Amino acid sequence: MVDFPVLSLMTFLPIAGVLIILAIRGDEEVVAQNTKHMALYSSLFTFAFALFMYTRFDGTSAEFQFVEQSSWLKPLGINYHMGVDGISIFFVLLSSFLTPICILSAWDVVKTRVKEFMIAFLVLESFMIGTFVALDAVLFYVFFEGVLIPMFLIIGVWGGKRRVYSAYKFFLFTLLGSVLMLVGLLALYSETGTTDIPTLMESNIPIGLQYWLWLAFFASFAVKMPMWPVHTWLPDAHVEAPTAGSVILAGVLLKMGGYGFLRFSLPVFPDASAFFTDFVFWLSVIAIVYTSLVALVQEDMKKLIAYSSVAHMGFVTLGLFTATSQGIEGGIFQMISHGLISGALFLSVGVVYDRLHTREISRYGGIVKNMPKYATVFMILMLGSVGLPGTSGFVGEFLVLLGAFQVDTTIAALAATGVILGAAYMLLLYRRVIFGPRVNDDALSMPDLNARELGLLVPLVLLIIWLGVFPGTVMDKISPSVDKLISNYNERLELNVDPAAGPALIEYEEEGTQ
Amino acid sequence: MELLAVFLPLVAFLIAGLFGKQMGDKGCQFVTCSAVIVAALASISLFFDVAYGGGPAYTTLLADWISSGDFSVKWALRIDTLSVVMMCVINIVSACVHVYSIGYMSHDDAKGRFMAYLSLFTFAMLMLVTSDNLLQLFFGWEGVGLASYLLIGFWNHKETANAAAQKAFIVNRVGDFGLALGMMAIFVIFGSIQFDEIFQQVPEMQQSYFSFLGMEAHALTVIGLLLFIGAIGKSAQLGLHTWLPDAMEGPTPVSALIHAATMVTAGVFLVARMSPLYEYAPDALMVVTVVGATTAFVAATIGLTQFDIKRVIAYSTMSQLGYMFFALGVSAYGAAMFHLMTHAFFKALLFLGAGSVIHAMSDEQDMRKMGGIWKKIPLTYGLMWIGSLALAGIPPFAGFFSKDIVLEAAWADGTWFGHYAYYMGIAAAFMTAFYSWRLLLMTFHGEPRASAKVMSHVHESPGVMLGPLVILAAGALLSGLVFYQGFVGSAGHHGEESHVEEQIEHAEQVLHEEAHEVNEEVSEAIHIRDEGAEVIHAAEDEHGEGEHTVEEFVLSKETFWNDSIQVLAANDTVEAAHNVPKWVKYLPLVVGLLGIGLAYIFYMFRPNAPAVTVTSFKELHTLFYNKWFFDEIYHKLFTRTAFLLGLFFWKYGDKKIIDGYGPDGSASLTNKIAGIMSRFQSGYVYQYAFMMMIAVIGLVSWFVFKGSSTGGTF
Repeated sequence: MVDFPVLSLMTFLPIAGVLIILAIRGDEEVVAQNTKHMALYSSLFTFAFALFMYTRFDGTSAEFQFVEQSSWLKPLGINYHMGVDGISIFFVLLSSFLTPICILSAWDVVKTRVKEFMIAFLVLESFMIGTFVALDAVLFYVFFEGVLIPMFLIIGVWGGKRRVYSAYKFFLFTLLGSVLMLVGLLALYSETGTTDIPTLMESNIPIGLQYWLWLAFFASFAVKMPMWPVHTWLPDAHVEAPTAGSVILAGVLLKMGGYGFLRFSLPVFPDASAFFTDFVFWLSVIAIVYTSLVALVQEDMKKLIAYSSVAHMGFVTLGLFTATSQGIEGGIFQMISHGLISGALFLSVGVVYDRLHTREISRYGGIVKNMPKYATVFMILMLGSVGLPGTSGFVGEFLVLLGAFQVDTTIAALAATGVILGAAYMLLLYRRVIFGPRVNDDALSMPDLNARELGLLVPLVLLIIWLGVFPGTVMDKISPSVDKLISNYNERLELNVDPAAGPALIEYEEEGTQ
Repeated sequence: MELLAVFLPLVAFLIAGLFGKQMGDKGCQFVTCSAVIVAALASISLFFDVAYGGGPAYTTLLADWISSGDFSVKWALRIDTLSVVMMCVINIVSACVHVYSIGYMSHDDAKGRFMAYLSLFTFAMLMLVTSDNLLQLFFGWEGVGLASYLLIGFWNHKETANAAAQKAFIVNRVGDFGLALGMMAIFVIFGSIQFDEIFQQVPEMQQSYFSFLGMEAHALTVIGLLLFIGAIGKSAQLGLHTWLPDAMEGPTPVSALIHAATMVTAGVFLVARMSPLYEYAPDALMVVTVVGATTAFVAATIGLTQFDIKRVIAYSTMSQLGYMFFALGVSAYGAAMFHLMTHAFFKALLFLGAGSVIHAMSDEQDMRKMGGIWKKIPLTYGLMWIGSLALAGIPPFAGFFSKDIVLEAAWADGTWFGHYAYYMGIAAAFMTAFYSWRLLLMTFHGEPRASAKVMSHVHESPGVMLGPLVILAAGALLSGLVFYQGFVGSAGHHGEESHVEEQIEHAEQVLHEEAHEVNEEVSEAIHIRDEGAEVIHAAEDEHGEGEHTVEEFVLSKETFWNDSIQVLAANDTVEAAHNVPKWVKYLPLVVGLLGIGLAYIFYMFRPNAPAVTVTSFKELHTLFYNKWFFDEIYHKLFTRTAFLLGLFFWKYGDKKIIDGYGPDGSASLTNKIAGIMSRFQSGYVYQYAFMMMIAVIGLVSWFVFKGSSTGGTF
């Protein structure tokens, strides 16, 4: 434990960076240079704090740690409440780890409005971390939805040709979700009189209401995830987003939905979660099979990886709602692993995009000869993506399937076909881009990875392998919190099945309306 | 010792892979070859310790891998007879192939990478066989798949090689799908995927049922079948075999190591390893038998008609794997492993010999363009003869012993599928002998059919290629005779015992369950004792008394296998195989000789016979020559369907339906948006921010309102 507010520091350090950047004056060149450095330093400091927090984190405890709590909107009982547990800590680490990588990846690539770009990224980082450490539903909502603004700008301003359409689509989908979630939040507050997440987890909400609230929150999380059929914004957003935007989008933003399921749907609405389990299962399985098949026929590298992300997120939702420790831990692990793998994959696409300015798969081919290092890195990432044992991709996928198999063998078997399809589209991509006929001369004259690109990709690759061989590094710290989540979940389910629990429920309702 | 045997190839891979550029080709070759040779020596020493010395089996724990809830798996090396046999086969053949590759790949410009991949493969295969749980086995299983993928596609400028590599990976994934589900089912039923923990519980679980895909199913049978799907994929059995012939696109040393001697036998190993479970899943074993026997037959028919020298051997491999599987299916696990071992030697020999021919013929693989070269490459020719004699099962070559015991065991099983396997095996044995000599005669004899330029280049391979061939030839010649006693025992006093057993079989079956329980207690006790012995052993080692003392060691199949494979007494077909009728024993040899004779008639004495046969059996030949049309059917059924579905979902599902009724839906909305779009960078985002503000304000004011109306503190 530490005696200073490390979580607030991490959340607002990037904002401090923004303030300094705003103060930078001079001609454009100098401003751009200084801005980049400032942005990098603030994100690196944030990461350093995150690492520090990680070393001080007690992995044997399921409690929230580094808790900060003070009055915010006092009359309403809405507090500024922050804390991390085993479920959220790795998302904080992931966010703060990927941000400096993104800033570095944009170093020589983003040439227009550099200052604004860096500001957007730092604000984004602040909101991402805020989302994962917030322990008050209102605070969470502000960060969770606030993320949209910088992301929206990053796609809309620094994106590709159809950036306007994509940004609009991104906006429309997420807005729809967030409005419903807001309504749900209001209803939740009126029922329980609190927005404090740990308190909400203890509250027993009437089952009838749970269903509606669950659906309202689900709308928002499902869009963020994204789950089938509200996934179509993602491929477009990815295709148009600049590389750094794609990395953060795939690496962290998609995980917010899953995190939301873990923080709200399962612990606060356990009966509704149990009720809707089959519904989520089928959506997940459809997502896995459907989007894998769609990925198979893509001609655009980024679209292909985007569709593969939807399929991988299908595994996550499947795992989370099995409510088994393998399923949930696998789901969390899958999110972290996918954050690293898909982030690195989008970086890799960025590498060749920077050289050839096209994402068309058929414009490449045979580049293994001139880019052997790139081919090696891309190979390892591809293997991670198809879930080869020894990479982090395997651990998550396998545990999710193991969890699912205990609940429903049919669902598990259908989801497992995604593993076959996943191999098909990734191998096809690799074959067409890296091997394949050597017909495009410009592709064949591309230089191999430079030191900066290697420096960005190698840490990711090493982490992917490390977590594949020693997943305990992450898993051990997740376990206590997940165990607690599951035991609470099961207790609450039993409580409501038990007819003796009836009076207690009514009593509670009376309390709520007082 | 086991650490050396398993991890040296990994070290070699990492060194050659990371520093290949700096070390140069010579450096890579030296590092990888010496590492694998040392690993091979270590394995041999383990073999004499554990299998032939009666030393105890043991497990070395390395580290935690995955643990989640009550699921926990460790990285570990399990050393028992089954694994040391595999380790020897893998490391010896791999060492031969490593050295051979120095010569074979001498014209290639990526020698370092090739050697690194070979070492990676060796490591993954070793991890597979030394695993003490199913997940690490799966790690090795997919790891060898990866190495196979990399090596089949090694010449990645060839589109055919890339396609073959991809096909191999994906078809194998279909098998892995089954294996993974099997593993999960085991976890659900047994609560663990660690071998000992599974095996201990098997007898109590023989009546357990669980809901699988909506049906109540016999748990052990379902598990056995799911695991077998994995084996079908990896070992190229009928149904998932289509990748193996295509895999011949890879360099020939790869075909010898991966697609003949080691990787493709992983499925056989898997079933043998899980023998304690399969023993209680007779229906699953029946399926294994039928699939294996059918594969042996079908693959042999295709082998009759192919012209690519490597594809003939590939189909022969598939056919021989079929033999191993039906041996497993009739509970003759020892016989299957025996055939696996001898086959590894003679098939690697044949492949490397074929490689030597291809090397001599300037990379020609079509047998129709060979012929008349036996005098120019006599050593290769002689070695190919040894390999072929072993393959055809002619005494005293290794294949004679192993193939005979496999067929005898199938007969001795006494069931309909045992007999089916026997007759399929006999038919396949006839065809095997025929196509082996067809290959020898077409390749080496007759008029030269290659161009004069190619013929002028025909030369014997260098010593670095012939040396490994000689070692493998020694194996093909001797391994059957020498190891017969250990792997499958003999018809000595054990035979009589089994005769008596037959009479009291019925009574024994009743007693059997109890016996098994006692057995288990005993084996547990033995286990504890072994652990104790290990400690003592370690202490002795420290005192410099490396030699451990074992009670009088008598070699028999029981002491040899030392419970690493388990057979119910009622199913001991290997024992019964020693007492089958004489004609059952001699028929394989007779048909083998007939096949050889027929090949001589067809390809030596009556050169027009093949053409005549083809025209008179046109339909049959078309079927065989086109490999029973598996590829065409699969392409239409799966590949095309997947792509069409993908296109359909994309164009109609995503674009027309979801987007059409969703964001792009209302035309007026789109128009409005277009208007907003023009002001995009100026105001749009701020509008959103503004909306959020309003939302937050709305939220706050609602709270305020609510707070005051319910008499809150505000």
